[in-house]
Amino acid sequence: MSGEEAAPETRKMNMIQALNSALDTAMGRDPDVLVFGEDVGYFGGVFRVTEGLQKKHGLTRCFDAPLTEGGIIGAAIGMGAYGLRPVPEIQFADYILPAYDQLVSEAARLRYRSNGEFWAPLTVRTPYGGGIFGGQTHSQSPEAIFAHVTGLKTVIPSNPYDAKGLLIASIEDDDPVLFLEPKRLYNGPFYGRPDEELKTWANSGLPAAEVPTAHYSVPLGRASLVREGSEVTVLAYGTMVHVALAGIADSGVDAELLDLRSIVPLDIDAITASVRKTGRCIILHEASRFGGFGGELSALVQERCFDYLRAPIERVAGYDMPYPHAFEWDYFPGPIRLADALKSTVSYK
Amino acid sequence: MNKSNLPRLQLHIPEPPTRPGEDVSFAHVNRGEAGAVRRPDIAVPESEVRDMPYELIRVLDDDHHAVGPWDPKLAPETLIKGLRAMVLTRVFDDRLFRAHRQGKTSFYMKSTGEEAIAAAQSMALDKGDMFFPTYRAAAWLHAREYPLVTLCNQIFSNAEDPLAGKQLPILMSARDYDFYSISGNLGVRFVHAVGWAMASAYKNDTKISLAYVGDGTTAEGDFHEAMTFAAAYRAPTILCVTNNQYAISSFAGFAAPERLPFAAKALAYGFPGIKVDGNDFLAVWGATQWAAERARTNNGPTLIEFYTYRAEGHSTSDDPSAYRPKDEASHWPLGDPVDRLRDHLIALGAWDMERHEALVAELKEKVKVAVKEAEAIGTLGQSKPPIEEMFEDVFAEKDWRLKEQMRELKARRARETGEGEGA
Repeated sequence: MSGEEAAPETRKMNMIQALNSALDTAMGRDPDVLVFGEDVGYFGGVFRVTEGLQKKHGLTRCFDAPLTEGGIIGAAIGMGAYGLRPVPEIQFADYILPAYDQLVSEAARLRYRSNGEFWAPLTVRTPYGGGIFGGQTHSQSPEAIFAHVTGLKTVIPSNPYDAKGLLIASIEDDDPVLFLEPKRLYNGPFYGRPDEELKTWANSGLPAAEVPTAHYSVPLGRASLVREGSEVTVLAYGTMVHVALAGIADSGVDAELLDLRSIVPLDIDAITASVRKTGRCIILHEASRFGGFGGELSALVQERCFDYLRAPIERVAGYDMPYPHAFEWDYFPGPIRLADALKSTVSYK
Repeated sequence: MNKSNLPRLQLHIPEPPTRPGEDVSFAHVNRGEAGAVRRPDIAVPESEVRDMPYELIRVLDDDHHAVGPWDPKLAPETLIKGLRAMVLTRVFDDRLFRAHRQGKTSFYMKSTGEEAIAAAQSMALDKGDMFFPTYRAAAWLHAREYPLVTLCNQIFSNAEDPLAGKQLPILMSARDYDFYSISGNLGVRFVHAVGWAMASAYKNDTKISLAYVGDGTTAEGDFHEAMTFAAAYRAPTILCVTNNQYAISSFAGFAAPERLPFAAKALAYGFPGIKVDGNDFLAVWGATQWAAERARTNNGPTLIEFYTYRAEGHSTSDDPSAYRPKDEASHWPLGDPVDRLRDHLIALGAWDMERHEALVAELKEKVKVAVKEAEAIGTLGQSKPPIEEMFEDVFAEKDWRLKEQMRELKARRARETGEGEGA
């Protein structure tokens, strides 16, 4: 094998370990990267994503914060303006709203309004999404209200390999990034069938569970082609990528599946090319439908692919209500709903 | 249970002591005595200064002498430089306020009556310390000789606007002058100052931060978030409440009960809070120096309430005679900051009215020349930065949306002007 480059060392990781490895790698390479948030320091975070970082990198580089989401993000913006690359954690995306003003009025606009004099390259990590019986305060998918805010990037991984690569890319990015972690995927892929035996990432057999231990990044704004197909394009991100695979398998439709990976920046070229090829499009997201990001995707596809469309664009999404605890699986846009949509879309005359 | 004998509840709505048409009353203002308040060691435990928010730190007495332990003992040349910055701020404000009335800009906000605070702090702090200002802090820039033409260009949003037409007039950003970007939403940047100071400490740097909120903004959650963070991490920062008695038309009683000094809010967070005569250039300087020394020696944050008075309207959109007595400003018990520093210099024998009038005339002329120069470039609507600027700095690099939208706008422009599509 001499003369050939050795394959990078990889290890089987779940998404928590992959995110931890990303933070560890970024902190190891750049002394300006620091991590803070509620319970993230000594304890290592309620989902263990920051476990061991304080011990390894020191007290000042990974520490706990007061219970003030606005304060956490505001302080991170100030750190970013100084020249650091802070990676604050908001414990659940459901609790990010007190920080909405800081993200919208400050983080996203600082560079613009100061004409490039000040900017804040913070990466806000936060677990989002349902499927864990978390009720309305541990289950929401708020991506649309952030995607609408220009100046802010919104990144959503769907597997351990992407989680590490996208998180490193987000930390190294000079713009503020909201990094939404699909908590239902932390420990294993989830196909939207709650009664099915759970798979861990390690026993999933999926190549994305093999994660390089060293530094690498997955560029923001590039969708991933998860499944090639000819009849319809399915657009998804986060947990819904796996649900989409299950729905496509159930339906028997030859669908193409794009994992968007980041919704801002959005890989418009990949979306356009795929829909022009298949002539049909279904958008799948867990957030409630009205005003959801699916509306934007639908509009973009319509604007750019109208002459190629052979059926109306369809959205499969959560229903328009707060996340309903006991009705989680009635609300959740699972594989059956997607399979129905796939069949009706391809049979549209 | 029968509650018929209980008194009926009554909702209290705070009201200021006086309204238009009534005699001005500042009976509630306790001036204390100049020089009377002790100046503790910078390493003083917080438990020993809990009485301080209730006393007013003053240096200049009614005979215009500097007295007591907070006197920073500045050289007359330094005082003259401070006076110059304050007078410049005032004449600049007057000239640019008129420019608004002449339609040359969309908006303006004066600092009248509050010039001593930002002027003294700009001079007292070091280059590299970062200031997180409000919109009534232009004296910071004037004290550091920010080019007047550039400031006018920003206010006129013309082709040479240093912020390229992206921000409202006077909501400045001047990184080279340690002046952080201002915005119209209040309080949000108070916690940025704490994060910035934490970053400086994280990097074992020597720089500290300084931040303002007004009296009204202490009611925002951001104020309390900043105080909580500053206390928890002992951030090297100076947090200031510029209490000018008014939040637009609402008197300070809406943000805190009338008898409770804003400085006392520090008591709940466990770090020193002091209340300082904001119209006293020397007291502002002395207090800032104390707080800065505390910050630089890892003794943590200080809250300073600068007790002052907004002598003019909130902005060009405001007429204060609609909600307060017309002559209220002239009755402010702590006087005018420019007059007080001038009179102190005269008492020192380092200044006289003739020189003062010459200074005012010189600065008026300087401002006039700068305004003319900026007007020659253009005022609002006559001149503006290149249209490409509109799409810059949304992100570090433009994404496809911005590229497409810029192409679309430029193509339409080209059609309208009949000049080809251009690049």
